[in-house]
Amino acid sequence: MTQQEHLDPNKKLDIEHILENLENYHPRRKGWTWREVPPEGVDMGPFHYRNMSRPLKNSIGLPASKYFDHIDPQPSCVVTTEIASGRFEDDIRRMRMAAWHGADHLMVIRTTGQSHIDGLMEGTPEGVGGVPITRKQIRASRKACDLIEDEVGRPINFHSYVSGVAGPEVAVLFAEEGINGAHQDPQYNVLYRNVNMYRSFVDAAEAKKVMNGARIFQIDGAHNANATAKAGWLVMPELMVQHGINCAFSVAVGMSKDLIGLSTVPPDAPPAPKLWYDLPYAVALRDFFSDFKMRAQQNTRYIEADIEEAIRTHTIDTLISMLTSADIQSTITPDEGRNVPWHYNNIRGVQTVKQTWAALDGIKELVELKKDGPMAEMVRDLKERAVAFLEEVIATGGYFAAVEQGFFVDSAKYPERNGDGIVRDGKGGVGVDTIVPRDPDYFAPVCDHFGNNHIPAGLIKPCDAIDGCTLCKPEKIVYIDELDPEDSCNKRLEETYPYRKGGKIKPEAEWAGDGIILTQFFVPLPEDYARVYGIEMAKKLGLVDPEVVNLQVMHPAEGCFIEVKGKVGFDIDLSTLKVPEKEIILDEDVLREAVKKIGLKVVAATVGEDEHSVGLREILDIKHGGIEKYGVKYHYLGTSVPVSKLVDAAIETGSHAILISTIISHNDIHKAQMKKLADLCVERGIRENIILIAGGTQVNRDMAKETGLDATFGRGTKGIHVVDAMVKILQSRGVL
Amino acid sequence: MSDDRIKKFEERQKELHALSDEELKERFWQLCNQVVDPIVDLARTHTSPSIERSVLLRMGIDSITAHGVVDRVREAGLLGKGAGHVVLKVAQKTGKDIRGAASAILEDKDILNGLF
Repeated sequence: MTQQEHLDPNKKLDIEHILENLENYHPRRKGWTWREVPPEGVDMGPFHYRNMSRPLKNSIGLPASKYFDHIDPQPSCVVTTEIASGRFEDDIRRMRMAAWHGADHLMVIRTTGQSHIDGLMEGTPEGVGGVPITRKQIRASRKACDLIEDEVGRPINFHSYVSGVAGPEVAVLFAEEGINGAHQDPQYNVLYRNVNMYRSFVDAAEAKKVMNGARIFQIDGAHNANATAKAGWLVMPELMVQHGINCAFSVAVGMSKDLIGLSTVPPDAPPAPKLWYDLPYAVALRDFFSDFKMRAQQNTRYIEADIEEAIRTHTIDTLISMLTSADIQSTITPDEGRNVPWHYNNIRGVQTVKQTWAALDGIKELVELKKDGPMAEMVRDLKERAVAFLEEVIATGGYFAAVEQGFFVDSAKYPERNGDGIVRDGKGGVGVDTIVPRDPDYFAPVCDHFGNNHIPAGLIKPCDAIDGCTLCKPEKIVYIDELDPEDSCNKRLEETYPYRKGGKIKPEAEWAGDGIILTQFFVPLPEDYARVYGIEMAKKLGLVDPEVVNLQVMHPAEGCFIEVKGKVGFDIDLSTLKVPEKEIILDEDVLREAVKKIGLKVVAATVGEDEHSVGLREILDIKHGGIEKYGVKYHYLGTSVPVSKLVDAAIETGSHAILISTIISHNDIHKAQMKKLADLCVERGIRENIILIAGGTQVNRDMAKETGLDATFGRGTKGIHVVDAMVKILQSRGVL
Repeated sequence: MSDDRIKKFEERQKELHALSDEELKERFWQLCNQVVDPIVDLARTHTSPSIERSVLLRMGIDSITAHGVVDRVREAGLLGKGAGHVVLKVAQKTGKDIRGAASAILEDKDILNGLF
């Protein structure tokens, strides 16, 4: 049995290994974990952060982090990503990627229809829009999370849903298997899943009690009202009522307040004046619910095909979190509106939070929300409407009567009604007439059970009657592997083997080997033609099942931006890929020695009509780790310097090399400058004795040959690369 | 009807206006508790097939057997006793362990007769 005990960042997650010995796996801890946030702040690279948690051991920073010592500041809040590929074996690989980018709350969406299954599912059947939540799926995923959290150096909260008609059983499953967070809200079942209202609440009491016992963090379902109501920005008083009912019910059945979170979404998206509506709402909510935790979710109601639009809205959502508060900041994959989320869009969602959080670090020390004026009026108005809503619920005869009269998810602003609220009948719904009264001698011989329980005299805890329940003795848990071997992960893993371990390569968006890619382009056609063109073009490129997933009109006649997805129909064999050998840089001490021996001197400038200076200064200056650090002496002549002047200077100073920077590349002017330098040195008879090097953002390593220089460098070049090249050239010329 | 509701709302709003922010918050929570109180009572005094299956799971019975047992217990009109209670009684009566008793309930239709 070779278990993968530690992950190697250079090796893929071994899914077959994770599945081994699962029958004996038990979670190493239970309960929710918050991030560690040092009150004194966090120092990273050149900065002091005021609202960050401890950094990760292994992570990937934002693209710009390379300019800031590769720092990757981690927000103080827990960051959520929702994962729903339909195959847990692909989910866990995505979890690892998301964790490396800063997610520590991994939420797994259930397969469509699971909330109406009266009982637990087992095995690993394939799901639709999510995975079937089963003991095996949870165990394998939690086991993978254990490995991943060790790799990144921060606990991972694994999360799913305790709803539907099997809520108490799912809660027990989650408690046994170490699930850390879960959605639980009986109102959600009633309103959106048409579960009978009495059944839903009776079940919820038991489920919440079980969750509390395992310290599973609870998130409610109120935000669904603004995902469902036609005008989400008007249902805010009702949202406060829904949050209030779930919180009060949870506390009443024994849940600890620190385990209760509100799922709250800023209800609007631009072009609506988002802040005007959403900020007072966020403030009102946090005033009323100050004893509870805030799980701030990003808006999904108005997202359709455009990823950038979604990300911009999510940035504002995150701003609202920072201006108010968020214990958990959830992210929405920006492609949610157009397809089942893809691997890399989970990462983009997490990056939106990370980027906004870093950008706005310390915002509350700089700005303060107004406590008077329209803000105060709107906050107070929302609260009064919420309280009046509750008064009307009570006057109507209570919660169940109110649901029967369509009080909830009406799209008008309370007390107005559009009559489009969701109406449920107490005598209807899934699981109607299934609750029964408990007899006086009712007995449940287990822990974390809610309600009347006639425990026989002499027992200290109810499970003493059976010598311990599974919550006290995990070894009593019964593990079922598979029910249908044909619809299982083993079958799927056989099919994807070539793409995971067999050396065959295909791109992927959701599943190993799915071959899905996205093309983006502008086409000078009006909308109707552009769509048809997109499909035709993709077919000619050889893409299978092409589909236009986004189209933006740039101008009705001039053309459209269009995105077309499709599947790559071929494999490439890994062994046929020839990766160019990496230049091995000489040791720093060897370089310093060589530079000292010859007294290496260079002249440098930005050439042509080009005023860019930053890139070259970084190559030269000691403080940026430039060539000066290795003992090279340089003469910097400035920007917009003619090539001839540089050559003159090189001769005058007896320099060994000329370094030019050329950024502007319009009409290949950069290449022209490079050739001119080479030609001029030949003309002046110094070519063999001088080293010619060029660099710039549009320059690459292959241009040296083309332009007659000795070496050329592009983006990401450091001083050491340039020194290394000069020393090697001198060695090859026999000078060193 | 609708006009009445709006009028009633305006009256309520007028009263609420008089409350301080703290008092308004207190009122909100007092009303929330008032709304959930009868529901909590309902939950305390009732059980459901899923609750009973969740009890059996905690007793170390697998999900498939638990499903079958709760169906039997329900058919026998004994859900109000608690399915775990029923399994425990069968175990005591037959001398089997908990899992054995659960299997016996599935195999022997008459085993639940005269149990209580």
